Amino acid sequence: MTGSHPVLTMTGISKSFPGVRALDGVDFRLFPGEVHALMGENGAGKSTLIKVLTGVYGVDRGTVALAGEQVSFTGPMQATAAGVSTVFQEVNLCTNLSVAENIFIGREPRRLGAVRWGEMRRRARALLTRLDLDIDVNAPLGSFSLAIQQMVAIARAIDIEARVLVLDEPTSSLDTGEVAQLFRVMRSLRDDGIAILFVTHFLDQVYRIADRITVLRNGQLVGEWTTGDLPQLSLVEKMIGKELDVLERLDEQPRRDVAATEGTPLLEARALGRRSAVAPFDLTVHAGEVVGLAGLLGSGRTEVARLLFGADRADHGSVRVDGSPTSLRTPVAAIARGIGFCSENRRAEGIVADLSVRENIVLAMQAARGWLRPIPRRRQDELVDRWVRALHIRPADPEIPVGNLSGGNQQKVLLARWLITEPRLLILDEPTRGIDIGAKTEIQRLVAQLSDGGTAVLFISAELEEVLRLSHRIAVMRDHELVTQLTNDQSVDADRIMQAIAAGAAHEGVPS
Amino acid sequence: MTTTSLSPGRTWARLPRRHVPVLVTLALLLVLYGVGVSQYRAFSNVQVVFNVFIDNGFLLVVAVGMTFVILTGGIDLSVGSVVAMTAMVSAFLLREGWPAALVLVVALLIGPTLGFLMGCVIHFFDIQPFIVTLAGMFFARGMCTFISDSSIPITDGFWTTMSQQRIGDPSGTFVSISVLIAFAVVAVAAYVLAYTRLGRNVYAVGGNAQSALLMGLPVGRTRIAVYTISGLCAAVGGILLSFYTLSGAPLIAVGMELDVIAAVVIGGTVLTGGAGYVFGTVLGVLVLGVIQTLITFDGSLNSWWTKIVIGGLLFAFILLQRLIGIRYK
Ligand SMILES: Nc1ncnc2c1ncn2[C@@H]1O[C@H](COP(=O)(O)OP(=O)(O)OP(=O)(O)O)[C@@H](O)[C@H]1O
Ligand SMILES: [Mg+2]
Repeated sequence: MTGSHPVLTMTGISKSFPGVRALDGVDFRLFPGEVHALMGENGAGKSTLIKVLTGVYGVDRGTVALAGEQVSFTGPMQATAAGVSTVFQEVNLCTNLSVAENIFIGREPRRLGAVRWGEMRRRARALLTRLDLDIDVNAPLGSFSLAIQQMVAIARAIDIEARVLVLDEPTSSLDTGEVAQLFRVMRSLRDDGIAILFVTHFLDQVYRIADRITVLRNGQLVGEWTTGDLPQLSLVEKMIGKELDVLERLDEQPRRDVAATEGTPLLEARALGRRSAVAPFDLTVHAGEVVGLAGLLGSGRTEVARLLFGADRADHGSVRVDGSPTSLRTPVAAIARGIGFCSENRRAEGIVADLSVRENIVLAMQAARGWLRPIPRRRQDELVDRWVRALHIRPADPEIPVGNLSGGNQQKVLLARWLITEPRLLILDEPTRGIDIGAKTEIQRLVAQLSDGGTAVLFISAELEEVLRLSHRIAVMRDHELVTQLTNDQSVDADRIMQAIAAGAAHEGVPS
Repeated sequence: MTTTSLSPGRTWARLPRRHVPVLVTLALLLVLYGVGVSQYRAFSNVQVVFNVFIDNGFLLVVAVGMTFVILTGGIDLSVGSVVAMTAMVSAFLLREGWPAALVLVVALLIGPTLGFLMGCVIHFFDIQPFIVTLAGMFFARGMCTFISDSSIPITDGFWTTMSQQRIGDPSGTFVSISVLIAFAVVAVAAYVLAYTRLGRNVYAVGGNAQSALLMGLPVGRTRIAVYTISGLCAAVGGILLSFYTLSGAPLIAVGMELDVIAAVVIGGTVLTGGAGYVFGTVLGVLVLGVIQTLITFDGSLNSWWTKIVIGGLLFAFILLQRLIGIRYK
């Protein structure tokens, strides 16, 4: 790729938002036939650079050139027409339309101006097959999980006759198999000469797929390297700007000391289930215990969480909290019993974009107290301040609207919201998704701390290592069924869990 | 515990879900008609059904335009006034001695122009459609009284022909030309929504405007287009109304926008946008029409009963939409 000319050159790009300098004189280039990873902490400016490139935002200073010609797109529509195809960080599709339409809308196959539905469905099916996805293309997109929606967004992007493909954290909600499939497709596109810009917080993925790496920090360019020239340790250093003990913490000994499981369990679900969501399951969580929930995407992990939180209503089974029968029919009931739920779908269910960081953080706490007893402002500020610092939420200004924060920082705000309510059982659904490596270790440490302090945690994550590192017990889900529960002792490792996920392992430990 | 029951159960439950509101409206319509037939012998006469169309042709046309607007998640409160203004302008120009063809052209231009302007204001200044079209409503209504504060009769030959022409068997079952025009509008609109990019963009914008923008769809153009279309439909509706009444009156069609919105919502279109069909709107208009007819047939009931029944139905339908969660999240 050296020797050839870059297909995309961004020079001296600066972009400020009120109070924040998101990009400051950033240079970036992209060659045909390469996968180029854009790396940086949460809020470093990666998504902003992408939005400047695609014309979602105008630039304050700097130029963008596509194949040597200066361009200045007024929006994604123009960018797409010029061959720059983008999957933005948050899944941005229309959930009311069918899968096929979401892939093709804006460039539907037509005859004499009329959309050819049959042809469109056929092509959608063919395209999804390339991504190993066998779903009903007529069903509305909203009826599928976030992961599938993400795959559909990717399908949309790769179908466009693009010269430049931009993927902003496409893998954050995908499981291992889906990532592998995506990488296969990316490689074949790369071999066709397409330039791919790829953003992720998974370092191992960068080393699996990227040819070249550009690092941003605080809106400034740190540098550009060929992947081979930049070992993982130095990459992290470049991203965070200092040699932090974060790296050591990452290798911290897995916490596998068995938690006390005697006494009355904090929460006990018996044959709890909901038709066409989760088959009836038994699950017990003790105070101070971290129970990991492993399984592929769409295996029903989120559904379990929603049942326990009362976000969906169970039509089968019963729940006991502290040994007494309770019905968790609504989130309000769950919150009243000390259960907190940090949803995976921050866009649709969590964040209120127009409210400030402070307001978003105190939301759940206020709800638990009832609206008639407002939390004194002083107390709010204290709490919010503490968590903004603890989670490194940036910019550290509690009064700006959450919508202005970068994706990873929004996730942290959501987490803080539940942490300040000091729940007795905290359900975390993919809490580290889209979060940079520094903050991720922080969150993992936090979970460990909470559990030491007696909080029970139900921890859902697609990253097995994380689940293994944190959990005392691991429940494995497959096909909407809780297939087995394992005590996380020396005999358990990623392979064993993968096997359980794949095979169902009926012979493994009987559900408690 | 069986996983196999999951997937078929899901597809089964999912597919018709989108169509549930329309099917409910259809069922309701059949029930209403059944009640009519069982209570009044004359009700089984096909002409009763045709009369519902004849009396509500203009309402149907306006409702079709409103369907576009509501599908994008907007609202157009100006349609009633635009209908009146169109009829008023036609009557006035005809009285001034303008040729019928020219009057038609002018009258048909006013509505879409106003709609286009309102769409532009809504899009470029990012103002609530409710407020902008409310202003449009006052403006158009004001223009009516500005033209004349009393009713202007129409005596033009073309208008009287259109008014009196019966298609079918003039002594038996027949419809008016207005009904054919209304059907044509319905057919074109259904085609546009289902088979053109504009139509699909309307659904996308109503589903999630922000996403639609990032998917590279022309959100602004679509928004402006739906208000223009609604203006055009209101203009056609105004012409049809002037055929029907052979006059232009400054205070005609007051509050009609609310009937229209009711018809669209009863027809299954979701007020927040993104889901609904023109066919549903046709059913919604028919439901309103049949209720009206039933109440007229009864004779003893005050015509205000129509409003009360429609109010109840509207409420029920909004609850229904809520319950089946037509907005997939
Ligand atoms: N619309 C906006 N208004 C105000 N500030 C914004 C806006 N969008 C982004 N910012 C700010 O610009 C900075 C860069 O954000 P950006 O989204 O580019 O980060 P990122 O590198 O993509 O982070 P992440 O990994 O969390 O997605 C952040 O400080 C963010 O708060
Ligand atoms: Mg980002």
